Amino acid sequence: MNDDNIVGQALVWLNDPLNWQGPDGIPVRTLEHLTMSALAVLLATAVALPLGIWLGHRGRGGALTVVAANTSRALPTFALLLIFASTAIGFGNRPTVLAAAIFAIPVILTNTYAGLRDVDQDVREAARGMGMSGRRSLALVEIPLALPLIGAGLRTAVVQVIATVPLAALVGGGGLGTYIITGLATRRFGEVLAGGVLVAGLCLGAEGVMAGLQHLMTPRPMRPVGRRPRRAAARVARAQS
Amino acid sequence: MTASEPANPWLSWDYVQNNWADISEALGQHVSLTVQAVVIAFAIALPLAMLAHARPRLAGPILGLSGVLYTIPSLALFAILAPFTGIGRTTVLIGLVAYALLVLVRNILVGLQGVDPEIRDAARGLGYGPTRVLLTVELPTALPAIVVGLRLATVTTVALVTIGVVVGFGGLGQLMFRGFNSNYHAEVMTATLLCLAIALVADLLLAVAGRLATPWVRTGSGA
Repeated sequence: MNDDNIVGQALVWLNDPLNWQGPDGIPVRTLEHLTMSALAVLLATAVALPLGIWLGHRGRGGALTVVAANTSRALPTFALLLIFASTAIGFGNRPTVLAAAIFAIPVILTNTYAGLRDVDQDVREAARGMGMSGRRSLALVEIPLALPLIGAGLRTAVVQVIATVPLAALVGGGGLGTYIITGLATRRFGEVLAGGVLVAGLCLGAEGVMAGLQHLMTPRPMRPVGRRPRRAAARVARAQS
Repeated sequence: MTASEPANPWLSWDYVQNNWADISEALGQHVSLTVQAVVIAFAIALPLAMLAHARPRLAGPILGLSGVLYTIPSLALFAILAPFTGIGRTTVLIGLVAYALLVLVRNILVGLQGVDPEIRDAARGLGYGPTRVLLTVELPTALPAIVVGLRLATVTTVALVTIGVVVGFGGLGQLMFRGFNSNYHAEVMTATLLCLAIALVADLLLAVAGRLATPWVRTGSGA
């Protein structure tokens, strides 16, 4: 076992100034990774958020969200990525962004839908009773009440997309996955380990940042207090799974 | 999917017939990796969830740790493991177990915690000890939630096996990647459809097994 050796190699690789500059440097690759992720999340949000709000508001389409969630779970991202890359979409970053976006759609859709569905019927009726139109009740009452679940969906989607983007390296794209794939191909395991740690760190960091953002995005009265966080977390977890 | 070029169709029965030996080998690898991973993950998850249930203070750390494992992308996890466990089956298996763990622990725990307190009290009143309550009352009552967890874990594992391609053990992912590299559309599509089929069949089998194991749920009178 030369475990220490590989960890040592990874440390040397991470400390090599050459790996921190140029078009293949860690900052450039990280930025590329984050740009691709942001694009994918924006694409997915643009499709899933309005659709989820509309379906949830109308109270229809529950079956659609379930089918979307189940199919996306069973269909390997890798397969969709390869299929996209073999078509006119081409190699590189574009198929990855598309595939990541498609897999983020069900996550956002399910949570948005569940958030709006979960709004108490009495609250909805009270809004109508106060003379609000359907659209005003949606904008002023239902969406704010659904925000925690919508935020949870976005958070999961962001982390999931950042975790999916490394696959780009398998179809000739960029991002932090390149270190892993190049390292495996050249049997430089120090680089593989360093790449793996970088990607894992980015994901855990993103999870932390998104948790903070979700907290800020939740209207103050709806933030979990005291004993409630565990139940809220469990409900979110169930909505996601 | 329609054929983009006549010479390179996405679906080809000829391909399946001529390469059946190859396909069945990848299929076998895919299924055996999935089954092994889910069985091992379940064997670890069950005692962990029971421990978290019996000692609620441990529930946070156990769920937190498996949550962190779950957040790490599969490609990165394989990359972190590969230098130590080598290129091959073990690496993929460890990664798959790590991912199935969170889903299973969470669902078993939710199932155990969802047991009606009155049922628990009734069992205690009958003189059952804590271990006996857990084994003969709480676990059977939590069975539907456990089956849901197993189904979820199995379906996600089937999809995840394909990433094993980076360490040379990706089951059907091997076929997909080879087909991609040689621009052989039929190979990519056949492997993808087979992946979906495995997930579907496994999900159905587990659902049926779950129904058979919990006859009281069907009558609608059970907890």
